[in-house]
Amino acid sequence: MISIKNLLVQRNGRDALKVETLDISKGETLAVVGPNGAGKSTFLLALAHLLKATKGEVMLHGKSQRDWNDLEYRRRIAFVFQDPLLMDMSVRENIALGLKFRNVEKKEANERIYQWAKAMGVEALLERRANQLSGGEAQRVSLARAFVLDPELLLMDEPFSAVDPQTREKLLDDLSRVLAENQRTTVFVTHNLKEAAQFGDRVAVIIGNELKQVGRPQQVKESPVDSSVGVFLRGL
Amino acid sequence: MSEIFEITTLSLQVSMLATVISLVIGLPFGTWLALGKFRGRSILLSIVNTGMALPPVVVGLVVAMTLWRSGPLGDLRLIYTPWAIVIAQTVISAPVVMGLTAAALEALDPRLQQQLLGLGASRPQMIWHLWHEARLPLLAALMAGFGSVISEVGASMMVGGNIRGQTRVLTTAIVLETSKGEFERALALSALLLIITYLINLALTWIQQKGARK
Repeated sequence: MISIKNLLVQRNGRDALKVETLDISKGETLAVVGPNGAGKSTFLLALAHLLKATKGEVMLHGKSQRDWNDLEYRRRIAFVFQDPLLMDMSVRENIALGLKFRNVEKKEANERIYQWAKAMGVEALLERRANQLSGGEAQRVSLARAFVLDPELLLMDEPFSAVDPQTREKLLDDLSRVLAENQRTTVFVTHNLKEAAQFGDRVAVIIGNELKQVGRPQQVKESPVDSSVGVFLRGL
Repeated sequence: MSEIFEITTLSLQVSMLATVISLVIGLPFGTWLALGKFRGRSILLSIVNTGMALPPVVVGLVVAMTLWRSGPLGDLRLIYTPWAIVIAQTVISAPVVMGLTAAALEALDPRLQQQLLGLGASRPQMIWHLWHEARLPLLAALMAGFGSVISEVGASMMVGGNIRGQTRVLTTAIVLETSKGEFERALALSALLLIITYLINLALTWIQQKGARK
């Protein structure tokens, strides 16, 4: 579904990410790991077309990002950031945001909102204001806001790092159930190798602004391509 | 009494119109300054911020020279009309609205833009939601814009000429009464100006606080 070739992304004149080649197939979950500042978030932003490729190609369904209408491309995707970044409005309105952008009819929107609020366990909070939520609740709303769009590609940037460990466990359980039920193409960044192995069909290791290795979790762990990958994985 | 009513009405009409025009200019331009990534942005921003402190007399002088019969826009015959005051007041309040709009949007989390785009917002939809998020400081920008013109006297005096029944507004009337030694009348007009300013800000604050709870 996604195909990357010789991608270079520069930010502020510096190389922020290099990916020689990578294919992500439909329904696959790809976990992205790597040290802080290695280029993981840049990778997600480039996939979302929120950062433009300096060189090379990111292709969706065989068509280069450059040839896609920007808005049409972005509307096939949903992005979940590390912080929930909810708007100052009710939970319902927050979950409705992307549907509103797409002019989804109100009745259908409300059904979908309820369905995903329920799946994320926040259906009782729908009329509450977003700034009254706990960190865990806010992140659940942020996930519901992405899932409700039924995106072809779901991108998540460390969605669990800002919540306490207990909430995190529960969130992970709920998310793995939802992901398993829906077979959605997902790319998520994590700091946790266990998490990567639990969710990821494959793991991508980004070190020093470069995609170093992609493979099944066990395989990457057992045979790292070079010492930097080996050292990083042992340290996790 | 009817003269006071006339002066008060003109004051309100002129300053409100100038504020509305400032909003129409200042909101989009301030947004562009806050969100744009282009060379010279910080220089432009510093010019706008300087514009927020423009002395009304200087604005009055420049606008008067421009609208003067022999000036570049003299053929429009606007000098000493209420329109001249509207123009001068717009020059005063537009930078205020613009600068405070830019500041309000810059205070938002910059990732909010990416988040909205990442949920499929078009650019206008993104900007609309950023305005919604910054609605309280944006209303404050509007209040500051109105406050900067309803209370100024220098520009109104210079481009309006304080002509009785035509361009006399509350502030210029206060100056006139004071210079005539009619302190009681001057004080009464001042009280009226304060009450009107208070009532308008009360209304805007009410809207603002309603927005905060919404």
